[in-house]
Amino acid sequence: MEPHANGSTGDVAPGDEDWQPKTFAFDDISEAQVARALAKYPSTRKSSAVLPLLWIVQHQMARQTGSRWVPRAAMDVVAQLLEMPPIRVYEVATFYAMYNKAPVGSWHLQVCTTTPCWLRGSDEVVSACKRFTGIQAWGETSADGQFTMTEVECLGACVNAPILQVNDDFYEDMDAETTERLLDALRRGEPPLPGSMRGRQTSAPEGGPTTLTTLENLGGPYVPLEPAE
Amino acid sequence: MLQDKDRIFTNLYGLHDWRLAGARARGDWDGTAEILARGRDALVDEVKSSGLRGRGGAGFPTGMKWSFMPKQSDGRPCFLIVNADESEPGTCKDRDIMRHDPHKLVEGCLIAAFAMGAHAAYIYIRGEFYNEARHLQAAIDEAYEAGLIGNDACGSGWDFQLYLHRGAGAYICGEETGLLESLEGKKGMPRLKPPFPAAVGLYGCPSTVNNVESIAVVPTIMRRGASWFASFGRPRNSGTKLFCISGHVNQPCNVEEEMSIPLRELIERHAGGVRGGWDNVLAVIPGGSSVPVIPKSVCDDVLMDFDALRDVKSGLGTAAVIVMDKSTDIIRAIARLSQFYKHESCGQCTPCREGTGWMMRVMNRMVQGRAEPEEIDTLDQVTRQVEGHTICALGDAAAWPIQGLIRHFRPEMEARIAAYKARTAQPAPPMPMAAE
Repeated sequence: MEPHANGSTGDVAPGDEDWQPKTFAFDDISEAQVARALAKYPSTRKSSAVLPLLWIVQHQMARQTGSRWVPRAAMDVVAQLLEMPPIRVYEVATFYAMYNKAPVGSWHLQVCTTTPCWLRGSDEVVSACKRFTGIQAWGETSADGQFTMTEVECLGACVNAPILQVNDDFYEDMDAETTERLLDALRRGEPPLPGSMRGRQTSAPEGGPTTLTTLENLGGPYVPLEPAE
Repeated sequence: MLQDKDRIFTNLYGLHDWRLAGARARGDWDGTAEILARGRDALVDEVKSSGLRGRGGAGFPTGMKWSFMPKQSDGRPCFLIVNADESEPGTCKDRDIMRHDPHKLVEGCLIAAFAMGAHAAYIYIRGEFYNEARHLQAAIDEAYEAGLIGNDACGSGWDFQLYLHRGAGAYICGEETGLLESLEGKKGMPRLKPPFPAAVGLYGCPSTVNNVESIAVVPTIMRRGASWFASFGRPRNSGTKLFCISGHVNQPCNVEEEMSIPLRELIERHAGGVRGGWDNVLAVIPGGSSVPVIPKSVCDDVLMDFDALRDVKSGLGTAAVIVMDKSTDIIRAIARLSQFYKHESCGQCTPCREGTGWMMRVMNRMVQGRAEPEEIDTLDQVTRQVEGHTICALGDAAAWPIQGLIRHFRPEMEARIAAYKARTAQPAPPMPMAAE
């Protein structure tokens, strides 16, 4: 069986999934992250670490294969480490929409189409994604394997709607043109800085804040964090 | 209008340093040990008299919630849980707090935890807020390094550990007991109440779950006093509030304003007005997707607070204002919300699991007009079968937008049906269609 779309409802039951890796092991980077995650919870409550550990798996897969997803073998490793029955880990992995249960393209396009984004033109963003990648429907991966497009629910950045989340980053204030420009940059392997694609200052009104204009000594200039990984 | 000197979130837009040095310049972490020295009861009383009501949607008085925590430990530890699973459509205020003013939240966690006798707190942040989580974690690390949290936090003698926990894409984990289940490593299926979290919460221990904004305003309330905070807004609706204005406005934005500000003034002053002018308003969802929509006639003079919006059969919710102009297909706008709730139902309670799917399918037919006029009543009845018959409020949240639509836009729904009939000139299929 071929890996079907990134399934937010993906099936993880054992079976004929010969595309699933047979084994999984945390690498050194992940081992250190696992230790930090486990330290957050009481030693008798290890299963609290299941969400963090599945995240660590998904990021390791991205490092190793360029595709962020959680293979079933990794769920078994997590289950063993946390002393949980494997089914409890499968349950969690399938309940939470952000864990990909099958490989996705190196750029996972997560398009928000919930009402606030829809009101601001998310249909245009969807069409532009389809046009540019050749993807026909939600969950598909483009022929070149670069892009997977998923419909997602409200991303919580509604005043910068519409939002297109690519892997971990939000691209905001999108329209058809900026979507194409973004996808073109991604295809070249040159992701732009996340945030407003119209150059707007975060969630401030375009054209300048209507508040917070009369205060002084509010601290030094904003310095962004170094990009992760 | 609220003056800048009375704004709490002075780095809302991320123009300034979000790290510890910047936070200190904005007054955070100033005299925190002295605040704690006032003692637990004094802190709870201060929050009570400030009139602060929970900023996550339900509007429950925060100080009262804190007072439910046990005064004497029975041997179990207590926990503060911060709900940073901001996922209510329209809402994006906590995001700005966490990425631009994270120390307000970290300091608030220490003060709130101390006030409820908790030595540990977890912040549950939605998985999509990856970069926000990195900022917040950096702020937590800085606070530990500076001795502001950890053992003997701020030199107060109080030991306090703060942990950040990332979710993974489930709206239901914003429901407080769903959040607790998720934090314990399970599917986020809400728990029956009682017992309430203050008695049996995280790991079976007394816990209080508060929204990010509720906690982040606490340090400022402690410094400037309850009466300062209570001086804004109408009685029982006091304080300043972060509003998120999205949809068909000229300049969508987040802004901190005084509670009880008129909706129209909020939109015109800060969001550049409605596209095409005020007369072009069709409807507004005033408090995030879960509250019923209000038509322009109500929008004209309604105030943005808990009581005023309740009186017009809507709600302040998270104060996320979603504006729709006259070009909007209001039926489709609400149908998309039905799809949202169908997607996010955890599947535990039958009325919600089955009802959200049923309502979505009928709403999708209503968008086309492929229905009988009587089905509007059937739909309304079904929302009332779901409402109030589920463990958590997601069932209510799925029902209310549809009820609001029917209450205010029934003629549009009927016209859509009539137009479809005229177009197809065949009798629409009978009732069982609903189950298709």
